[in-house]
Amino acid sequence: MSRNLYDLIGLAAGICFILALKGLSSPKSARRGNLIGALGATVASVIVFFYANEGRALNNQTLILSAIGFGVLVGVPAARKVQMTQMPQLVALFNGVGGGAAALVAIVEYLKLGSDATTAVVIATVFTVIVGCVSFSGSIVTFLKLQELMTTRPVIFPFGRQIIGLTLIGVLLSGGWVIASGGTTPLLINGLLSLIFGILFVLPVGGADVPIVISLLNAFTGLTVAASGYVLQTTLLIIAGTLVGASGTILTKLMAEAMGRSLFGTLFGAFTATAQQSAGSAETRPVKSGSAEDVAILLNYAQRVVIVPGFGLAVAQAQHTVRELADLLSAKGIEVAYGIHPVAGRMPGHMNVLLAEANVPYEQLVEMEEINPTFPQTDVVLVVGANDVVNPAAKTTPGCPIYGMPILDVSLAANVIFLKRSMRPGFAGIENELLYDSKTTLLFGDAKDSLTKVVSSLKSL
Amino acid sequence: MSSELMSNEIALLAIFLLSVFVGFEVVSKVSTTLHTPLMSGANAIHGVILVGAIVVADHAKTTLEITLAIAAVILATINMVGGFVVTDRMLQMFKGKSKPKKDSGDSK
Repeated sequence: MSRNLYDLIGLAAGICFILALKGLSSPKSARRGNLIGALGATVASVIVFFYANEGRALNNQTLILSAIGFGVLVGVPAARKVQMTQMPQLVALFNGVGGGAAALVAIVEYLKLGSDATTAVVIATVFTVIVGCVSFSGSIVTFLKLQELMTTRPVIFPFGRQIIGLTLIGVLLSGGWVIASGGTTPLLINGLLSLIFGILFVLPVGGADVPIVISLLNAFTGLTVAASGYVLQTTLLIIAGTLVGASGTILTKLMAEAMGRSLFGTLFGAFTATAQQSAGSAETRPVKSGSAEDVAILLNYAQRVVIVPGFGLAVAQAQHTVRELADLLSAKGIEVAYGIHPVAGRMPGHMNVLLAEANVPYEQLVEMEEINPTFPQTDVVLVVGANDVVNPAAKTTPGCPIYGMPILDVSLAANVIFLKRSMRPGFAGIENELLYDSKTTLLFGDAKDSLTKVVSSLKSL
Repeated sequence: MSSELMSNEIALLAIFLLSVFVGFEVVSKVSTTLHTPLMSGANAIHGVILVGAIVVADHAKTTLEITLAIAAVILATINMVGGFVVTDRMLQMFKGKSKPKKDSGDSK
């Protein structure tokens, strides 16, 4: 296959990716957009077999095909079987391996070129290795945080600021060393330091900010792909990588805005973070807990009920039960709406996906800006497994990790019911004062069990 | 550096810069609902590094090079294939609920 034909097909694949991103920006065309992207990627991956070795079978072809087969066997079941609640960490993991792949590609090409590499290529290689490795190790840490295999709170260690700073200097110096003198050892040292920096960079990020970091690392991976495209002189990789890098940057900014966070504050929170006020002392304070019957009675005599779903609902797989409850209340003539915080769940839009899965009518899902003014006219707010998104500390406690995040003003309603598993603070690890308020009733237990009990009590009323 | 090589570099630079603008433009007006699928979709797209991995695996000679290149092929495949599949699964959820509404609106 001629270079020209190959480049033209690569260009077509690049256009597929543009159409894919465009499609993904609107609900109607999103699914088609994703399929167009998949088509482009498939065509590009198949066509390279006919071009790379001037039409002959590739060297190591069997090995390559087996590797692809293995990757499919790992990737597809993971993507198919993952619970919707665990999807954010899977995306983080996929992103990390992509960054790792880009770094490896640049390393292999660098080893092959040896002293033939031009300075520009070496610079691009160093860039790819640094950013790819940071993306890889950083994504693994975000995965561990979201999977709750490690603490979701910011990890602050003594001299953290200095250690992170020194590592960054080490990364840059070793990068300069590679550019100045070449050779394999400096590149490997550079890669190793970058891996360490990626870990240190994400550790101090608090749980609530993890989605922003995933999005940022996603943009990083895009840029590494673009840089490795330059190393390999492959137009398609430059187009695809740059598209993801640019759109990922905008997306990160939009997400940070939706959460009321400054991007700078999120990333450099590590450098300014102070030890969190302990939540322990507060747990001995009295709270008002009620039974499922109490909750059912409160709901039965309400005129307007707002349900605030959170990650706890998703964990308990209670989407369907909550819809059953909402249907029952609607049948009694009670007005029901869902108040959806933009970052309810673990990522922006995550809760919409989960509730859509349970066939909750779209018009009942009300966004934060629209539902907030209606809380004073609301009799009962039912908070199901949410905490941080209704925590008044975001308004009242400067310096707490969620300060400045817009919240659902549920405290303006006449009654608030929390369905919670325990008094454990939310994902961001902050105590919620609202739990101790006199108009708050707590119903402890698994969200699904609690909701089922409330539904049956309501039926018998 | 020959002038032919130089013009190639400039062409690549032009492609890079235009892609930056296109990337900014296509996602500038997206609702929060779609942030997660969009991130996931973009994530899948950079899985196309698989093409690069295949190219380097083709001309890898030493055992070290081959090992690293094959590892890159595996990682890139997971990124690409898994990414598109999980994005599709997310978007299926949206289709389920908004299609009926759309159908009733669209029927003439």
